[in-house]
Amino acid sequence: MSSTLLNQVAFYLLSAIAILGALGVVFLKSPVRAALALVANFFTLGLIYFMLGNQMIGISQIMVYAGAIMVLFLFVIMILKDQTPEEDKSLFQDRRFIFGLLSAIVICGLIWALVINPTMQSFGGEMDRSYGSPQAIGRSFFTTYVWPFEIISILLLVGIVGSIMLAKRKF
Amino acid sequence: MVAEWFFQLNENNPLLLGLIRVIFVVGAVLALVPPLIWWERRLLSWMQDRIGPNRSGTITFPDNFPLKGLAGKKVRTFGLIQPLLDGVKLFFKEDITPSDVDRKLYFIAPAIALFPAFALGATLPWGPSTGLYGILTPIADVEIGVLYVLAISSLGAYGLVLAGYASNNKYSLMGGLRASAQLISYELAMAMSVAAIVMAVGSMKLTNVVAIQEGPLWGAVPWAQNWFILTPFGFISAVIFLIALVAETNRAPFDLPEAENELIAGYHTEYSSMKFAVFFMGEYAAMFVFSGVFATLFLGGYNILPVNWMALHDATGAGIFKFLSNANYWLAPLVFLGKCFGGITFFIWLRATLPRLRYDQLMNLGWKSLLPLSVANFIVVGLWVIGTELYGVAGGWAAAIGAMVIGYIIYLNILTVSKKGAPATTKRTVTMVNPEAGRRSVAMVDPSTPKSP
Repeated sequence: MSSTLLNQVAFYLLSAIAILGALGVVFLKSPVRAALALVANFFTLGLIYFMLGNQMIGISQIMVYAGAIMVLFLFVIMILKDQTPEEDKSLFQDRRFIFGLLSAIVICGLIWALVINPTMQSFGGEMDRSYGSPQAIGRSFFTTYVWPFEIISILLLVGIVGSIMLAKRKF
Repeated sequence: MVAEWFFQLNENNPLLLGLIRVIFVVGAVLALVPPLIWWERRLLSWMQDRIGPNRSGTITFPDNFPLKGLAGKKVRTFGLIQPLLDGVKLFFKEDITPSDVDRKLYFIAPAIALFPAFALGATLPWGPSTGLYGILTPIADVEIGVLYVLAISSLGAYGLVLAGYASNNKYSLMGGLRASAQLISYELAMAMSVAAIVMAVGSMKLTNVVAIQEGPLWGAVPWAQNWFILTPFGFISAVIFLIALVAETNRAPFDLPEAENELIAGYHTEYSSMKFAVFFMGEYAAMFVFSGVFATLFLGGYNILPVNWMALHDATGAGIFKFLSNANYWLAPLVFLGKCFGGITFFIWLRATLPRLRYDQLMNLGWKSLLPLSVANFIVVGLWVIGTELYGVAGGWAAAIGAMVIGYIIYLNILTVSKKGAPATTKRTVTMVNPEAGRRSVAMVDPSTPKSP
């Protein structure tokens, strides 16, 4: 079996899981299941990045999104308990549905016109192996982008201190 | 013969070779879980002055047995078949699914709990990177090996949280929540301690981590290997990593998610039969693989002793060192397995020795002790790297030791200023609200002093 065929099979399989996960986030009624679908989506996206040869972005995707944020997200959901909403029978008569559909079409059109169409030509190329390696990313953090990097870390520090100040009432 | 076959496979059919690599790791982990369970039960009972399972598998041959040497003899196997019998028991037990569980999540949860333990083994090199072992291990020598380990281990909480949630049981839910809280807290200290090692190595590839550890000790002793546990900062990192490891695998003394005196059995209270066995297996597989991670990061991976045999051979010319060097190469997988078993023995020893921590002790240890210590260690390693690059090996050590001394002085100052350095076990104070002075005022009452009338 040729490796390109295998790559295609793996890609379509992962894409299918990612799309199903994304749909699950929107359509599943139980918030915990929706969160789990989101984890599946993030995880398979990370695997697709691996397939494209960019390990650093892939592992960041798994670590930051699938790992850290989702654990906290599950916390919130569990404290909210299972608030499965009532079945909405008059979905198509609802005005919100029509406007929602219209805005969804507009957003899809915008994404197509501004993001996908201009980048169409760059699909399917071979990537430079050293591009996006941990060393390259670290170097650009501490040379070209050192000021934005430091300012962001101060911002995060302020956020942490602020959240502790808000959460811890007694001293 | 076998080596040539593998080399040909590497050229003709790398896909099949990849599959073989996966089977080596997964097969080893799966096959070694039952002996591990036996080892834990026997060792634990020996440490606690009990006998443990020693009866199953004892064969008494009849007097008229055809083989004369065995007739009438009793052959003991020290209870080695016990895990097998346990497995049979778990298989044939009735699989009860409580009526009000969230069915889909309830069935998925054990599988998700098992996944990280097996996925973690993918980047561990269990043999040297040259020759035959070079094409057999690791499964994937990725650029981001250390990050991969951290990312996959952070996914370990999902199985437990989902099991706790889907069981629709208060105790299960509390167990699952504790598991996730514990994992989030200790992940930070673990990541910071490993980050120090990554900085010292200059790469996140696990094969590079092992290769650097094969270099001269402290950059100065050519015949010894620079295992990170032998360097000062590496030792601190190793201790932090080991504590975080025990917490991440939910083992005693950090087994709060399944604290049986508070939560029945925690997140797997409602699980029975094979589904419970999967959780059990996941825990042991995780212990095994995490021990492998520890061995790779701090104990020189697959090397048998921190001695550079070839340097000794070059210095003395004695043939024995060349032989030992070859032995070190060919015995590498066994040595790696031995280190994994050593790690698990340490886990069992901890379980037999230490009582379970209280929840606030767990959080204090993680956030107030391990995290600051690992960050300080990180800074020390940073100074060591800069010093080595600017002023050579001696400059690096001077910078690191100086930073350590300054850090220790700052720590002592903080200790005396805050006076909160006393461990929680020696003195317990109870916070009580003083009603006369209003709701906001809080008085500290020491329970050991007699209450005034």
